[in-house]
Amino acid sequence: MSVTPSSPAQQAPAATLGLMTLFAAVLKRDLHVGMRRWTDASNSALFFILVLALFPLALSPKAEVLRMIAPGVIWIAALLATLLSLHLLFRADLEDGTLEQLLMLPYPLGWILLAKTLAHWIITGIPVVVMAPILAVTYHLPASALTVLTFSLLLGTPTLSLLGSIGAALTAGLRSASVLLAFIVGPLMLPVLMLGARATDLALAGEDPTGPLYLLGALLMLAVSVVPFMAAAAIRVSAD
Amino acid sequence: MWTWFFRLASPPHFYALAGTLSNWLLVPALILVGVGVWGGLVLAPPDYQQGDAFRIIYVHVPSAYLSMMIYVTMALAGAIGLIWRIKLAHAVAASCAPIGASFTFAALVTGAVWGKPMWGTYWEWDPRLTSELILLFLYFGYMGLRGAFENLNQADRASAILAIAGVVNVPIIHFSVIWWASLHQGPTLSKLEAPSISWDMLWPLLTMILAFTLFFLGVLAMRVRGEVLEREVQSRWAQDVLRGATAASIR
Repeated sequence: MSVTPSSPAQQAPAATLGLMTLFAAVLKRDLHVGMRRWTDASNSALFFILVLALFPLALSPKAEVLRMIAPGVIWIAALLATLLSLHLLFRADLEDGTLEQLLMLPYPLGWILLAKTLAHWIITGIPVVVMAPILAVTYHLPASALTVLTFSLLLGTPTLSLLGSIGAALTAGLRSASVLLAFIVGPLMLPVLMLGARATDLALAGEDPTGPLYLLGALLMLAVSVVPFMAAAAIRVSAD
Repeated sequence: MWTWFFRLASPPHFYALAGTLSNWLLVPALILVGVGVWGGLVLAPPDYQQGDAFRIIYVHVPSAYLSMMIYVTMALAGAIGLIWRIKLAHAVAASCAPIGASFTFAALVTGAVWGKPMWGTYWEWDPRLTSELILLFLYFGYMGLRGAFENLNQADRASAILAIAGVVNVPIIHFSVIWWASLHQGPTLSKLEAPSISWDMLWPLLTMILAFTLFFLGVLAMRVRGEVLEREVQSRWAQDVLRGATAASIR
């Protein structure tokens, strides 16, 4: 969209890796780096638990109250945990120069960023998806709603990470960007939050939750196909 | 044939043009506001259900319409700047944001003032109100992102990408809020649905929409002028302007 690296010097190394190999390589590398910085990764999971511990203490420990607020509260906690972890997505790579190396690769940048975002979701999103049903039990959510909750998070949190990757790419070069990042991507994430919470709500009420779940899936597909281009354009701005 | 178009993108030419343009837009805007206000507050009959309270639509509807129209304008200008690298387009996008945020705020406030006597509450989590509020946050995010960059070129491009991401998202947000509300409970949906409106009430509304649009364009021309001058402050023509040269001499 903005700068296309098309000078002869940059095109010289021919693209020899297959795109899938490249994707796997970036994914593996980012997972390695993510595991080494374990405290960073676990912070968002711990934050998720902390937020969920706050609501019963602030509102009421009564089972019927907790059951009623559970879908919304768990989804809000998942959104906040995602927002909190996003500033790590490209920051370290920009600081140590990895990002500039990636920019010079003769491969589509959006594809590389998609792999990075997937790695980020595996490290920060999957723990949330796994922990959510366990924590939902403490909110007295019935088993029927637990499946829908987990499934909605499984469909929704990757969309959150993808939307967040645009914001993370835009603010990667800025100091103290995490509040700004939350502020610019928060409104974009609202549809996911509303649909995810509503799906769980419907399951809780014993109604059919497939409508919102389909929409969550549609949003995920849309995000996968559109976001990498925007994130690539954004990261080029930040790397300038 | 296209020279006029290319000249439009030249800062000194645009600076001079926008100066004339803003007057030619703002004067008719003020006249039309006068006509519209008189038509809306004096000539139009009171509504059979809402009495005189309905008259706030003459401010509310144009504001709400502009709040969305300006966001689209901003994203379009940003995209033009991003794709064809026209600095002037970025200046237009940057100037749109505060005006758009003001109209969004005006739409929310007038809506709340109208909501109190009509719905009995200042705020209702109605789909339109909710998406308007989210739109306000999108404007704030845009301005926040712009402000965070020290490098103007980066600020322009980054905020343009955000505006485009926002404009893709605005319909999604709007429809998901509607679905969310319809899954939640029904009746609020119909509260705001426009009933068919009589011509006596309609023509002042259309006049006001036109007046507000002209006002927006006039203010936009003024703001872009300031923005261009600030960006080009190092250049010769801008220095000339600042020293008080006449508009004629800088062409």
